[in-house]
Amino acid sequence: MTEFFEALRDVPLIRYSLYAGIVSSLTFGVVGTFVVTRRIGYIAAAIAHSILGGIGASFYFSRTYGLESWCSPMFGAVVAALLSAAVIGWVSLRAKEREDTIIGAIWAFGMATGLLFIHYTPGKAVNLESFIFGNILLTSKGDVIATVILAAIVLTLIALFYHKLVAVCFDEEFARLRGVSSKAYYLLLLGITAISMVLLVRLAGIILSLALIVLPAATASKFSRHLWIIMLIAVGLSIVYNVGGLALSYQLELPTGPLIVVVGSVIYGLSFIVARKSR
Amino acid sequence: MECRDLCFRYGKPKVLEEANFAVEQGESLCIIGPNGGGKSTLFKLLLGLLEPNSGELKVLGGSPADATARVGYVPQALRYDPLFPISALDIALMGRLDRLKIGRFSKKCRDKAHEALAEVGLEKEANRPFSDLSGGQRQRVMIARALACEPEILLLDEPTANIDLSVEAQFLDTLKKLRGKLTILLVTHDLGIVSEIGDSTLCVNRRIHRHSLPLDGETIREIYSGELRIEHDRRTRHRQGDHSKCKHD
Repeated sequence: MTEFFEALRDVPLIRYSLYAGIVSSLTFGVVGTFVVTRRIGYIAAAIAHSILGGIGASFYFSRTYGLESWCSPMFGAVVAALLSAAVIGWVSLRAKEREDTIIGAIWAFGMATGLLFIHYTPGKAVNLESFIFGNILLTSKGDVIATVILAAIVLTLIALFYHKLVAVCFDEEFARLRGVSSKAYYLLLLGITAISMVLLVRLAGIILSLALIVLPAATASKFSRHLWIIMLIAVGLSIVYNVGGLALSYQLELPTGPLIVVVGSVIYGLSFIVARKSR
Repeated sequence: MECRDLCFRYGKPKVLEEANFAVEQGESLCIIGPNGGGKSTLFKLLLGLLEPNSGELKVLGGSPADATARVGYVPQALRYDPLFPISALDIALMGRLDRLKIGRFSKKCRDKAHEALAEVGLEKEANRPFSDLSGGQRQRVMIARALACEPEILLLDEPTANIDLSVEAQFLDTLKKLRGKLTILLVTHDLGIVSEIGDSTLCVNRRIHRHSLPLDGETIREIYSGELRIEHDRRTRHRQGDHSKCKHD
């Protein structure tokens, strides 16, 4: 481990990655708790997969039209995530279409458009692996700053509207009768989830991101039945997973994402046994 | 509360037609009628969640949508995710949501939520998780949530459905205390509750009729057209341990 701590001291980028990991863990713990209690895990997964569409489009447009200055993969990812959250939200609130059908369609459509855009992108081949499987070592200072800004936006929104979000998750109709625009807050929740998925995809990749939003909150909910305590435990677990993952990836040169997911799943499994004994 | 020539339909068939009734302030009214007769639709109209196709409906002197802030609503039991991690107090606080813009609830709102829980006898359970409470306690939390709105009218939609009989007794005590303080409208299939709580009944089966209490057998048969189990009858037999005749003829 000493090598990792030396790197933390000497290499600014590792330090930034650590900060970004901790800040985004706050988001994962808090948003993950909403995702688990409101049971929208599969919506989160569909959003994560649609992000590939945004990443592909950002590569295509930035290289074809020379927009590298602002059309970054992160930007494309945020746009794609928010768009698919809006479509899923609109469909489940308005149209009479089955929600799971739309989730499946967005999921595959996002991946497919991403692959097509990459196919037509000029210049050197785009390496999609870090987006699909994740790369916990962030590549640039700009990414770190973007991560902190996005996490700050999500946490501020939740702090401001906490009670209304909880009320809409628990009983939409009653919230509406008390003058809370249930639809708007449901869309806000999906938007917040979308931004969190962008942060997660950066760290853990599209395929493994779902585990990292769901597992900490699901494990935490075994030990408390108060929402805010679950959030605190989930944040703690997220920090352990992300910082641990960063350290291990530096030290052992292991594929970190899969390692974290396996450890997280095992801890979740064990939590069943521990929680049963403690009751 | 006043309703004149009210009509409502979802598609073609009319759910409610030529509905006329009035409810005075402070009355306790039980709403009975067969399933699909329009009871829940009537509630949704009173809450302003649905708009009538024709006719007029006034709640507290204005349109139902304008009155929602002064109406407390207790939905059907077991409509909630029982695993949802939330405390009784947090649920009661939801009754104060219209007074909250952003951030935390004010001291006054918290006090009101505590008062509402005390009124239903749950002040000691305020911080317990919803999932730890018994069925009857959960339902009383829902009443506390409605009372935290400081309502002038309380609407309860089959609050005792799916609740066992011992719990129902606690629930009835809570309701009896509220009787007279507020205008109460209660949807129920349980004619036992009707006779204990109601000043009179509103029978909803596409049309709406008011009956004074007690109901005689003839009226009950007319209301339910012989199709529906009379819950009270079944429950009385159940209490006496006789399950043989559950249908009322």
